[in-house]
Amino acid sequence: MSVQPEWPLYEIFVRGKRGLNHVHVGSLHAADDEMALRHARDVYTRRNEGVSIWAVRADLVVASIPDEKDPLFATACDNVYRHTTFYAIPDFGPHM
Amino acid sequence: MTDTLEADFERTIEHHDRIEPRDWMPERYRATLVRQIAQHAHSEIIGMQPEGNWLTRAPSLRRKAILLAKVQDEAGHGLYLYSACETLGVTRGELTDKLIAGRQKYSSIFNYPTVTYADVGTIGWLVDGAAICNQVPLCRTSYGPYGRAMIRICKEESFHQRQGFELLMTMMSGTDEQRAMVQESVDRFWWPALMMFGPPDADSPNTAQSMTWGIKRDTNDDLRQKFVDMSVPQAAVLGVTLPDPALAWNDQRGHYDFGQPDWAEFAAVVAGSGPCNAQRIAHRKRAHDEGAWVRDAATAFARQEASL
Repeated sequence: MSVQPEWPLYEIFVRGKRGLNHVHVGSLHAADDEMALRHARDVYTRRNEGVSIWAVRADLVVASIPDEKDPLFATACDNVYRHTTFYAIPDFGPHM
Repeated sequence: MTDTLEADFERTIEHHDRIEPRDWMPERYRATLVRQIAQHAHSEIIGMQPEGNWLTRAPSLRRKAILLAKVQDEAGHGLYLYSACETLGVTRGELTDKLIAGRQKYSSIFNYPTVTYADVGTIGWLVDGAAICNQVPLCRTSYGPYGRAMIRICKEESFHQRQGFELLMTMMSGTDEQRAMVQESVDRFWWPALMMFGPPDADSPNTAQSMTWGIKRDTNDDLRQKFVDMSVPQAAVLGVTLPDPALAWNDQRGHYDFGQPDWAEFAAVVAGSGPCNAQRIAHRKRAHDEGAWVRDAATAFARQEASL
């Protein structure tokens, strides 16, 4: 029926309020960057959900591969000395 | 290779963890999700029509503003769900085409007409109330993007239900004629609202598998019971009668007993012969076709901007 090519997909990030990170809220299609921002405002911030919006073309996002998550994140688990629980400090010691 | 992937998938489901878009998943899990999320998205989009019918005739500016906001929310809900569905590898165009061609369904409730303004209130109270019963457990569904869309939707649905209830309360404190109008509307919508939970568990072929996969968290009959238990005291507050002679508190079960909707009517509406099926699809198709020039213009403008 509709042979129209799809508009590019944008990933939308919203900063809830000053002092917070932009957080991914979803995605939408738009013909161009400006329309992506306008649509993001209408779709994702109808009730004061945000003070700032980032719209990023989905095809420009560089992502890790889910199947490689074990080797990619393995060292984070191996290096136990990076975690606070690695260090024993007596209970009567200072709070830290 | 597939064995370990499948084991990973099963383990994630078992731990009540979420499956994310680029994870491996069984083809049937993907197909079930596409069917359910698409149907849900289409319901939001088609659901704009019954209420949109009263936009130009809302009795005051206040009521018109509320109704506009609500219909706009339904469009937003459709968009959240369409994007969740697209993470499963289908395109928006495909989804729209399948809706218009009748190859994907939407909720049977939207094939009933809104013949009086009281229907706007009844839809908010009963139809959105039933939707909330269905949707709250879906916030914990096993597919991440679907669950996240549901969380956003549920936040907004409670506004919808409250505005409907308030509208009906206002009418119930009006004239006898207004009260009769509310009762007549509730009489028409009660049974179709009960049908929104789908066929009885014994006749619901997809439920068991969907629950194993954590897509659905409750059965159709359990949710229907929850909705009835919730609605009876609300009806008493409103002062309306629910049109079911079998409705009675069952002390032993700790729930209300209630009658069964006309499942033959449900089957007929799902199959396409409800009062408004043809009209709903024709309207959606017309809106899509008449919007083509807007989409073309935006595409041409974007292309021209990019080439400058």
